[in-house]
Amino acid sequence: MTDLYQTQRAMRNIRRAALQRGVIGILDIGTSKIACLVLRFDGTGTFRETDGVGPMAGQVNFRVIGAASTRSRGMRRGEIETMAETERAIRTVVAAAQKLAGVRVDHVIACLSGGRPASYGLAGEIVLAAGKVGEADVASVLAACDTPDFGRGREVLHAQPVNFAVDNRSNLADPRDHLGNKLFCDMHVLTVDGDSIGNLVQCIRRCDLELAGIASAPYASARASLVEDEQELGAACVDFGGGGTGVTIFVKKHMIFSDHVPIGGNLITQDIAQGLRVSLPVAERLKTLNGGVEATGRDDRDMIDVGGETGDWEADRRQVSRADVIGVMRPRVEEILEHVREVLDAAGFDHMPSQQIVLTGGGSQIPGLDGLAARILGPNIRCGRPLRIDGLAHQLTDPSFSSAVGLALFAAHPQDEWWDFEMPADRYPGRSLRRAYRWFKNNW
Amino acid sequence: MPVVIDHRPGKQITPPPGRQRRDPAPSRLKYRLQRVWLTPLYRRVFRVGVPAFALAMVAGLWLADEDRRAMLTDTVTTAVTKVQSRDEFQVRVMTIEGASPVVDRALRAMLPVDLPASSFDIDLAALRLQVLQLDAVETIDLRIKPGGILSAVVKEREPAILWRHARGIDMLDAGGHRVASVTSRDVRADLPMITGEGADLATDEALALFDAAGPILPRVRGLVRRGERRWDLVLDHGQRILLPQTGAVIALEAAIALDRAEDMLGRDIATVDLRDPTRPVLRLGIDARNTIRTARGLPMLAPDGSILPEETEG
Repeated sequence: MTDLYQTQRAMRNIRRAALQRGVIGILDIGTSKIACLVLRFDGTGTFRETDGVGPMAGQVNFRVIGAASTRSRGMRRGEIETMAETERAIRTVVAAAQKLAGVRVDHVIACLSGGRPASYGLAGEIVLAAGKVGEADVASVLAACDTPDFGRGREVLHAQPVNFAVDNRSNLADPRDHLGNKLFCDMHVLTVDGDSIGNLVQCIRRCDLELAGIASAPYASARASLVEDEQELGAACVDFGGGGTGVTIFVKKHMIFSDHVPIGGNLITQDIAQGLRVSLPVAERLKTLNGGVEATGRDDRDMIDVGGETGDWEADRRQVSRADVIGVMRPRVEEILEHVREVLDAAGFDHMPSQQIVLTGGGSQIPGLDGLAARILGPNIRCGRPLRIDGLAHQLTDPSFSSAVGLALFAAHPQDEWWDFEMPADRYPGRSLRRAYRWFKNNW
Repeated sequence: MPVVIDHRPGKQITPPPGRQRRDPAPSRLKYRLQRVWLTPLYRRVFRVGVPAFALAMVAGLWLADEDRRAMLTDTVTTAVTKVQSRDEFQVRVMTIEGASPVVDRALRAMLPVDLPASSFDIDLAALRLQVLQLDAVETIDLRIKPGGILSAVVKEREPAILWRHARGIDMLDAGGHRVASVTSRDVRADLPMITGEGADLATDEALALFDAAGPILPRVRGLVRRGERRWDLVLDHGQRILLPQTGAVIALEAAIALDRAEDMLGRDIATVDLRDPTRPVLRLGIDARNTIRTARGLPMLAPDGSILPEETEG
């Protein structure tokens, strides 16, 4: 875990350098689309009252100066399948966003939606020798968390301290300088497949970009679409993506659970293509323009031209009723929601104090989804749109861009992670000069 | 449009398939070039540096040849001369108003070019400064009028006073500026005379004093500047009125009033000393003093003030 610690620290430093330069890129690589935002950090911190963007969540010190999105290529289920294709798509979107922004983007923050995420809750405790929590004790209690075997080739994407406790005083956000004998901590660790991260890093590096941070896509979209109260009181965010559906649970402003259902919007499109015998682009058009999950009597009479350019006139002039499309889509959406329900049950969402569920992502735009989700997931459902940020064009503010917006917030205000704390001296490699330096610094 | 439209299925004229849509992704070279272009340094170099360098290079190479440089200067000079020597810019006549014949001749001699000449060759500002060096000229208004006329409106200095000094006699105007020299006092007998070191610096006061001296003016011979601070009014018969440094005019008026009342100046008085206005002092003439001394039985005085030896009767 040490070299990961070093990589993440290096990325943090790159992020800080990028903020110093003032320009940072956001790269949301999804299964169905790739979005790139170019953020300008002018550092004024002054709140500009532009089109309803309030100074709520610390999104005021940056501004979007260039945004572009394009169809994703070479991606499958949130993972890179064909590196060259994905690289081309990244080049397309970065070139477009750069052109719009008029500045060169050198540092990007990317997110990874697939990679079979697995979340772990870890607990650690140390005895406080000094009777008081010091700077170094926080790091050593984080290091003292007993890590389970993550499995081969797994990389830690997020390791966030969720809760600290000193003796019997729990729910401490910042335990420093508390007096006590024992320090406990709870840490949430999200691991993903190391190879998929490696592929992503490789793709981005081949586009001459430097990676300044990496985040999990469900985490990013939850940060963008859950409002502050929901993050504080506890809520689940369901991110309907193209290749999969991410589920994140937040409480006390920390992610405590994240999982991934590998069924997404692309599968719905595929169902429509198979069920109505149309090509995939036509199916995608039918889904986005005429899709739904609640059939009414009027939908039976609502005939849709299938269209298409197959050359078979008879096939291209077919008409299907909207009820047909809904009839194909609904079972698949129900299946997704059932899986989400299972994931939430496994996470123990029933025991959470608040049962709020927020649907976001491109798939949450299916009309009537909230009604169906309310029946399967629970009564407190809302469709969440991402937080408004300054300078983002209106067509980029729909729910499918919530992970891009969340990454922008992540770039501006990252939450504390394990690697933000100094490594305890005994974790440094032996006979290291830094180790001696740390020991002197801590003991003198 | 065909005359008969075929409505049978499958026979519709389908538009020919367009060119295969190429990959929308920029090639790696294009991507890198765009990024280079977005780098501020490169952008500035390519937008400003390279064109400026090319321009300077071309100009430098072209001008490196001596013949071309000469040709360029020739062309420019010819063009400039051609424009300047156009008929519209020619100055043919010089008219001078308000100048005496002497000044007129001097002005015409000062014109640096022979008329007709181009108006570009006449530097009016320099000419004006040169003309103003002449003492006789107070102001001059030089302009080139349409029709090729160089018009000079001259205002000459009016001589107001004569100033006798060690090097001769000068005429001064009311401001004390030299107008011209005269050979003798008789050339301008109508002007009052002043003398003394620094007298030209106080001509206004001198003129005021001459104005104030109205009734006794026929007797006034002139004013003498004393110590560059006060005036002596010199009358005929060697009489002198010593005026104070300040309030000289008032003092003189007081003296004239005395003269009117008591015919002071008609008596044998050598000097009226008004330097202290509160205490006028008279110095009697030698005859008057001798008369008084005779009456008192004192020995008489010589004209230089020494006491004469007692003359024995007979």
